[in-house]
Amino acid sequence: MRPPGPVASPSVSAERANGAPLSAAAALVRKAIAVAEMDLRKLARDPTELATRAIQPILWLTVFGQVMARARMIDTGRTPYIDFLVPGVLAQSVLFIAIFNGISVIWERDLGIVHKFLASPTPRAALVLGKALGGGARALIQALVVLVLGIVLGVRLNLSPIDLIGAALLVILGAMVFSSFSLSVACIVKTRERFMGVGQVLTMPLFFASNAIYPTSLMPDWLRAVARVNPLTYQIDGLRACLLPGGSVAHLGLGVDFSVLAATLIGLVALCSRLYPAIVR
Amino acid sequence: MSDAVIVIEDLVRCFGAITAVDHLSFEVAAGSVCGLIGRNGAGKSTVIKILTTLLPATSGSARVCGHDVEREPMRVRRAIGYVPQALSADAELTGYENLLVMAKLYDVPRKQRAVRIREALRRGGLEHASARLVRTYSGGMIRSLEIAQSTLHEPRVLFLDEPTVGLDPLARKMVWDHIDELKASARCTILVTTHYMDEAERLCDRIAILHRGRLAALGSPTELERSIGASATLEGVFAHYTESEPETAEAYDETSRTRRVAQRLG
Repeated sequence: MRPPGPVASPSVSAERANGAPLSAAAALVRKAIAVAEMDLRKLARDPTELATRAIQPILWLTVFGQVMARARMIDTGRTPYIDFLVPGVLAQSVLFIAIFNGISVIWERDLGIVHKFLASPTPRAALVLGKALGGGARALIQALVVLVLGIVLGVRLNLSPIDLIGAALLVILGAMVFSSFSLSVACIVKTRERFMGVGQVLTMPLFFASNAIYPTSLMPDWLRAVARVNPLTYQIDGLRACLLPGGSVAHLGLGVDFSVLAATLIGLVALCSRLYPAIVR
Repeated sequence: MSDAVIVIEDLVRCFGAITAVDHLSFEVAAGSVCGLIGRNGAGKSTVIKILTTLLPATSGSARVCGHDVEREPMRVRRAIGYVPQALSADAELTGYENLLVMAKLYDVPRKQRAVRIREALRRGGLEHASARLVRTYSGGMIRSLEIAQSTLHEPRVLFLDEPTVGLDPLARKMVWDHIDELKASARCTILVTTHYMDEAERLCDRIAILHRGRLAALGSPTELERSIGASATLEGVFAHYTESEPETAEAYDETSRTRRVAQRLG
C-alpha cells in the first residue's frame, strides 16, 4: 500500500509531533514563534508603520493631557493628572495597534497564505498565538515611545528593572488579548470593509469604558460595571501599579491584573482557534 | 486499486442550495500525476479544499495516504503539500525566509533545514534569488517558490490548484519543468487542477473531468480522446463532456478570483 520513495522523514516528524503532551505544547510554542518571527522580520524591514503610530499618543499626552491637567477637572488624588494619564495612553496605543491586527488575516486569506498555513501540520492555536505575539512585539516598541515621551514631559516613573519588566509583560499580554480578540472578529466578519467598521465601533467603547483617562470611581454605576469586565482596565491598573510611585493610585493588585489578562487570553485563543479555519471556507 | 493514495468515495459538498460536489468517487494511484479539469464552478477547488482538510464534506469520505481527511486531519496534513491557486508566498519576505517558515511549520528537523532549502531552491531554479524580496520576483519564480515551499517536507501527495494561471508561456514552461523534476526525483503523487488542455496533456497520466460536481470522465489523455472519436483532441473531449450546460452560479466568484491572481502574477 505504501508507495516507494521518501517516506522516512515525514514519519519521523509525525512521531515527534504525536508524542507526549509536553512535546505538543513545545511544538505549539515553537510554531507560534516561527509565525511571529516572520511578522517581525517584515516590521524590521519597514518600520514606517511604527513612526506613524507614535503620533496619536503624542497628541493625547501633549494636547489632551496638558489641557485636562490645567482644568483640574479629574480627581486623581495626590497623583498629578499627567502622571495618571501616561499608563492610560500607553495602554490605549497598545489597544489601537492590537485591535486592527486582525485585518492581516483577511489580507492573507485574499492571498493564499492562510490556506497554506491551515493545510500544514500547525495547530490552529499556534497560528493565532503567533499573530498575537507579533502584535505584542509591536506594542512593546510603541510602549517604549510613550514611556520616553512621559519622561520628557517630566512624569515621575518607576524605572527599576523589575517595574519595567512587569510593565513590559502587561503590554505584551494586553496586546495579545486584543490581537486575538481582533483576529476572532476578522474570522467572523471575513471582509476588510466590515472589519474596519466593526473595529472602529469596538475601539472607542473599550477605551472610554476603562480607567484609561479617568478613575473608575468617577463613573456612574453602570459604566463602572462595564469597566470591571473590560480587560483594558486590568492592564492599565497593572501598568499604574508598576510605573507610578507607590501607593499614589488605588489599584486592584498585580496578581488580579495578571490573572484576569491571562485567563482572557487563554479563552480568546481557544475561541479564535475554533473560528480560524472558517475564514477560508 | 490497492496502491491508491487518494481515495474519494461518494463525496458530497453543498453550499446552501448549491451542490458543488455531487456524489463523486475516484482514486489516484501512487506516483501518478492526475489532472482535475472542468469548467468554472465545476467543483475542482472544492474537491481540493476537502482533500487538503480545509473544508469538511457534507457527506461521503475521502482518504489521503490511508488517513481520513476529517478524522485524522493532522496525519493528512503531514503527508501532503498544497499550493493554493491564489498567491501564497509572502511578498514582503525573501525567498529564503518564505522557505524557512514552512520548514519550521512542517517540522523539518533543524539539521536538515539548510540542505532541504538549498535543494528546493535548486529544483525551482531560484538559487540566485533566495535573498531577494519575493515582491521583486516574476510570476513564474513566485510559483516555483510556492511549489518549493510545499515540497520541503517531501510530501507523498502534492496538490496544485491551477499552478500556471496568469503565467506567460516561458513561465509556464518553468513551472512544468519544476513539476517534472518533482515527478522524477521525489516520486510524489500529484493532483493538479487546470484549465489548459495542453498542460493537462503534457503533465498528466490520468485526467478526471468534473462537470457540475460529478465525474464526467476519467482516463489517460489518449483513452479519453479515443472515447469520443478517432481524431479527437483533448479540447474536443473537454467540450464533449462539459458543453451541455451553461456556466454555474459559482462561476462569478471563481472568475474574479482567477483574474485577481492573474493580475498579481502578470
